[in-house]
Amino acid sequence: MHTLDYILFQIYPYIAGTIFLFGSLVRYDMSQYTWKTNSSQLLNNSMVFQVGSYLFHLGVIFLFFGHLIGLLMPVSFYPYLGLTAHSKQLLAMISGGLAGTAALVGATILLYRRLFHRLVSAQSLRGDKFILILLYVQLVFGLATIPISAQHLGGEEMEKLIGWAQHIVTFRPGASTYLSGVYWVFKVHLFLGLTVFLAFPFTRLVHIWSVPYRYAGRRYQVVREYRARATARSERP
Amino acid sequence: MKIRAQIGKVLNLDKCIGCHTCSVTCKNVWTSREGAEYMWFNNVETKPGVGYPKEWENQDRWKGGWVRRDDGDITPRQGGKWRLLAKIFANPHLPEIDDYYEPFNFDYQRLQNAPASKAQPTAKPYSAITGAPMDKIEWGPNWEEILGGEFAKRKRDYNFANIQTEIYGQFEHTFMMYLPRLCEHCLNPSCVASCPSGAIYKRAEDGIVLIDQDRCRGWRMCISGCPYKKIYYNWQSGKSEKCIFCYPRIEAGEPTVCSETCVGRIRYLGVMLYDADRIKEAASVANEADLYEAQMDIFLDPHDPEVQAQARADGVPDNWLEAAKRSPVWKMAKEWRVAFPLHPEYRTLPMVWYVPPLSPVQAAADAGNIAADGEIPDVASLKIPVKYLANLLTAGEEEPIINGLRRLLAMRRYRRSLTVGDTPNEAVLAQVGLTPALVDDMYQTMAIANYEDRFVIPTGHREMATADPWGQRSGCGFSFGDGCHTDGVTRGNLFGSKSPQQRDHAPGAPRPEAESGARK
Repeated sequence: MHTLDYILFQIYPYIAGTIFLFGSLVRYDMSQYTWKTNSSQLLNNSMVFQVGSYLFHLGVIFLFFGHLIGLLMPVSFYPYLGLTAHSKQLLAMISGGLAGTAALVGATILLYRRLFHRLVSAQSLRGDKFILILLYVQLVFGLATIPISAQHLGGEEMEKLIGWAQHIVTFRPGASTYLSGVYWVFKVHLFLGLTVFLAFPFTRLVHIWSVPYRYAGRRYQVVREYRARATARSERP
Repeated sequence: MKIRAQIGKVLNLDKCIGCHTCSVTCKNVWTSREGAEYMWFNNVETKPGVGYPKEWENQDRWKGGWVRRDDGDITPRQGGKWRLLAKIFANPHLPEIDDYYEPFNFDYQRLQNAPASKAQPTAKPYSAITGAPMDKIEWGPNWEEILGGEFAKRKRDYNFANIQTEIYGQFEHTFMMYLPRLCEHCLNPSCVASCPSGAIYKRAEDGIVLIDQDRCRGWRMCISGCPYKKIYYNWQSGKSEKCIFCYPRIEAGEPTVCSETCVGRIRYLGVMLYDADRIKEAASVANEADLYEAQMDIFLDPHDPEVQAQARADGVPDNWLEAAKRSPVWKMAKEWRVAFPLHPEYRTLPMVWYVPPLSPVQAAADAGNIAADGEIPDVASLKIPVKYLANLLTAGEEEPIINGLRRLLAMRRYRRSLTVGDTPNEAVLAQVGLTPALVDDMYQTMAIANYEDRFVIPTGHREMATADPWGQRSGCGFSFGDGCHTDGVTRGNLFGSKSPQQRDHAPGAPRPEAESGARK
């Protein structure tokens, strides 16, 4: 068990993380044309889909930042935010539970559509179906951790997970030892989460990197004017 | 003042016979790929009708184009930047494939492979998306051809606004015209403004609007943003595509494929000079009916020495300035005032212009009471209501349309007097403010329409436009399916790239499963 933990939660995170970062970089550099949302909205644009897509995306975005902050914020910061381990765990369970439920409802709609809508299913690549099923299972396991957490409201179990995550991202040894004795549902959730990162560069998830935040600040019209640059260059001494 | 040049286009609807040669040649060259089957960079609609995609002119539904806010500024109809970004997870204004049609092919192999049977085998349609047989084709790119379908459906045509439609459903009052449509390559494009990735751009040197296929991320806001619905989403590649104005041909001084192959010789290409600094001002005028004139105002006279000097200073090459002087687009749009923009009320300042069609005065003649307007028939007695044309071309403003039609009628009457009469009928020219010299030029350009008169396209100067051709090599607006590489389509790409030559549901070689009729 200890060896398996070591492989899955000490070695695997670095493999997944490396592939996540370098894979994304390589794909961005070499295969821009494949870098896209791969939307299927053209093929099916029902109101149910639209609601499902919003629930899924907003839920997942909340969950991502919730996990990011919840796992990586040092425990010593809690008092400054007026939190104790107990209240922080409750906050995470309630907000995460709500967002997770929203995301799961959305994912159910999207997955059903992806698998059974005549056109969407035909257009889907294997990777599209794979990643959505993976995220779906991951959401189910994530929600399944909530009733288990409810049995340990003291925050000690949560601090084990936090300890693991913070040791991993700070490259400290012994991260996986934090997970000894953690309930298996958490471990499955962690493993699947790492697998999402592993699969990320090979799926449509890469569109997350391309959040078009620059749009808010740019001018409406885009004109590619090469002359100015050409002139400027030729005038240079 | 900042002078830029653009290759503009005029379509003389008076001569369009609706043969679809433009659409077919365009499709053969650019959009016969998987995922692009339903894309008609150029299509020809029979009007009145709802068009392609269905009801594309209904901006209450699709939210294309711009709206003028109370503070005088313009913003895309689908929302300002934050509102648009808020819609990114599911664009509520996006047309669905059924608003176009589900692309299909015919199983022609069946005609050769079918086992012996009593009845003739038929080439049944099958979906290009799923490969499954389709029982019945419900809609297509040209479903309303020659007034096909019921008038009750066609009368949802947006251009019937403020017209009593019922009478035009009656046989003796019915009318029709053809409207070939392509990307307008607008001066103030709302697709560009709607693109969250900044992938759509207008080329400064010739005004062509392109989508950088490598930078497009498939946020699909341009599709609803374009009021002409001339941006299409490639369901296979996940990128948006649009008419590229055959830029490789234009750069070489050749007309676009649709123009080159137009058998009616209705298409004209020529340089227009305009003041880029006044685009926003022209697009923001308060009254929609003034938009046509506002756009006319920013076009600059290529014969004016000051304009020429400024244009040179702004980097417009000399051969472009020379071409601008002979531009048929300048003549028809600005000098003769017979060509008009398509739906200027969208505030996009479109650059594909239309000469409105004349139509018979038969009904009035039968009744024995053609209303005369001096030497020519009253345009109000033409079969196509002037109001309809005005809704289409001048935001409902009838005056410019009436003047344009009167000039076309006068040109005919004058030419007739030269051909079959004894004396040139100059009275009719005086009536519409033309001179014999002008009308000779009009006749030469519009009626004879020689190749050299239709297409005055200066060769592009990519060497000036591009400081670094090597660096620009992937700044493309078109792809045959693997981004901007011109060769080396990657097979088995780790990231899911797919060769455009590989079609999932290609008829191709004889397929054994065609025999059993079952297809996955």
